[in-house]
Amino acid sequence: MKTKVTMTINGVSYSHEVEPRMLLVHFIRELAGLTGTHVGCDTSQCGACTINLNGLAVKSCTLLAVQADGAQITTIEGLAKDGKLHPIQEAFWEKHGLQCGFCTPGMIMSAAQILQRNPNPSEAEIRHELEGNLCRCTGYHNIVKAIQYAAETMAKR
Amino acid sequence: MYPAQFDYHTPGTVKEALDLLGKYKDDAKLLAGGHSLLPAMKFRLARPAHLVDLRKVPGLAGIKEEGGSLVIGAMTTHWAVESSPLVKAKCPVLAQTAAQIGDPMVRNMGTIGGSLSHADPAADYPATIIALNAEMVVEGPKGKRTIKVDDFFKSLMTTAVGPDEILTEVRVPVCGANVGCAYMKFPHPASRFAVVGVAAALTVEGGKVSKASIGITGAGTKAVRAKGVEAALLGKALDAATIQAAAEKAPDGVDVQADLQGSVEYKTHLLKVFAKRAIEAAAKK
Ligand SMILES: Cc1cc2nc3c(=O)[nH]c(=O)nc-3n(C[C@H](O)[C@H](O)[C@H](O)COP(=O)(O)OP(=O)(O)OC[C@H]3O[C@@H](n4cnc5c(N)ncnc54)[C@H](O)[C@@H]3O)c2cc1C
Ligand code: FES
Ligand code: FES
Repeated sequence: MKTKVTMTINGVSYSHEVEPRMLLVHFIRELAGLTGTHVGCDTSQCGACTINLNGLAVKSCTLLAVQADGAQITTIEGLAKDGKLHPIQEAFWEKHGLQCGFCTPGMIMSAAQILQRNPNPSEAEIRHELEGNLCRCTGYHNIVKAIQYAAETMAKR
Repeated sequence: MYPAQFDYHTPGTVKEALDLLGKYKDDAKLLAGGHSLLPAMKFRLARPAHLVDLRKVPGLAGIKEEGGSLVIGAMTTHWAVESSPLVKAKCPVLAQTAAQIGDPMVRNMGTIGGSLSHADPAADYPATIIALNAEMVVEGPKGKRTIKVDDFFKSLMTTAVGPDEILTEVRVPVCGANVGCAYMKFPHPASRFAVVGVAAALTVEGGKVSKASIGITGAGTKAVRAKGVEAALLGKALDAATIQAAAEKAPDGVDVQADLQGSVEYKTHLLKVFAKRAIEAAAKK
């Protein structure tokens, strides 16, 4: 039985009739057309599908769209404002925090939560909090440096 | 990967949720954070025809102090426990345990009620709630009942919560000033689940252990109380020889399982090492 689901993604309201088994990540990618959120492992391990749901970073491959009915969602597309990249996006660019880029949207959505909870994290804290995001390219060093750099630039603003 | 088809229900009260369980019986499953159930449904290891989501039931999430215990609602997330000033002040080991579960995104969704009901043999909370002598409150068609932690974990992924019941809250006695607690785990390198995990709660009076409570998770088919370790600590001063001798008893009564993570010998060894670390850490507090 299809159910009507309404959610706000990056400030825009989306309403669709969906099967209850539809995953949130598919609602975001296929119905809202926001393909910045990636499906990597599809088994809750890699974090490529990380989005922000009502203020919390979550893995959208491990939620049903119906669970997000009424939710406020931010995806990677929602971070840049007025054509200007978010400081975390700029930092990934500046510090070469990506190679193929597949993990990057999830990394940045996780990084946003790390810095929201702790604006001045140590390197060890960043590494611990990135537990749920896998990268097959960078070896993580430049990702950690990018988040440290973002913390510095965000503190100055 | 899509789960098999199901109907989705969002009851507004515990009573409505119980009625749905009563109506659909074995075809129904409760949904909390979904971070054990949905992966299982995506692999079609579980195919419930009816999902009963508890997210709209008011009052199931939250932490309060009542009559010397922390009362933690079943729908309280791991992150809420990890970050709660009340838990950090009254029962820090519980916050420390929550903080070691999976990763931040898992902790934002996963709930204490879901974790305990699921009773994954490698879950973290079970060891700590055994050490803390928690009680589980469940509601069913015949009303409320309270289950002591020693009667809670029955066998592999099976608890004393009946199929027609809902776990509503976990009651954890507040840790006194003379109680030292710690949880130590060897995390699986990929999933972070506990290959072995040991929780210790030690009460020291006049330099001697007057109460020892030790919970073990990971190594066997279910979390257990380490009675041998407890007996070996009771009445003793916490010197190195006592701790070593007690830790040697950690594997007693654990049905250690070999799997991809390690052999029986390896996990038996890990149990002793992590029991020692947990007791040492608890002794320092
Ligand atoms: C990548 C990943 C890593 C993880 N790592 C760890 C780890 O290191 N340590 C660890 O302990 N856990 C780990 N987990 C599991 C996680 O903690 C789960 O959130 C938890 O086990 C289940 O809680 P949930 O709220 O998600 O429950 P659900 O998945 O919603 O439910 C689990 C089961 O419990 C039943 N249930 C739920 N709530 C109730 C209730 N109130 N009353 C009765 N039955 C109920 C459901 O019907 C279902 O059968 C991990 C999960 C993932 C995806
Ligand atoms: S695609 Fe969701 S965690 Fe990998
Ligand atoms: S940049 Fe390629 S997976 Fe991370």
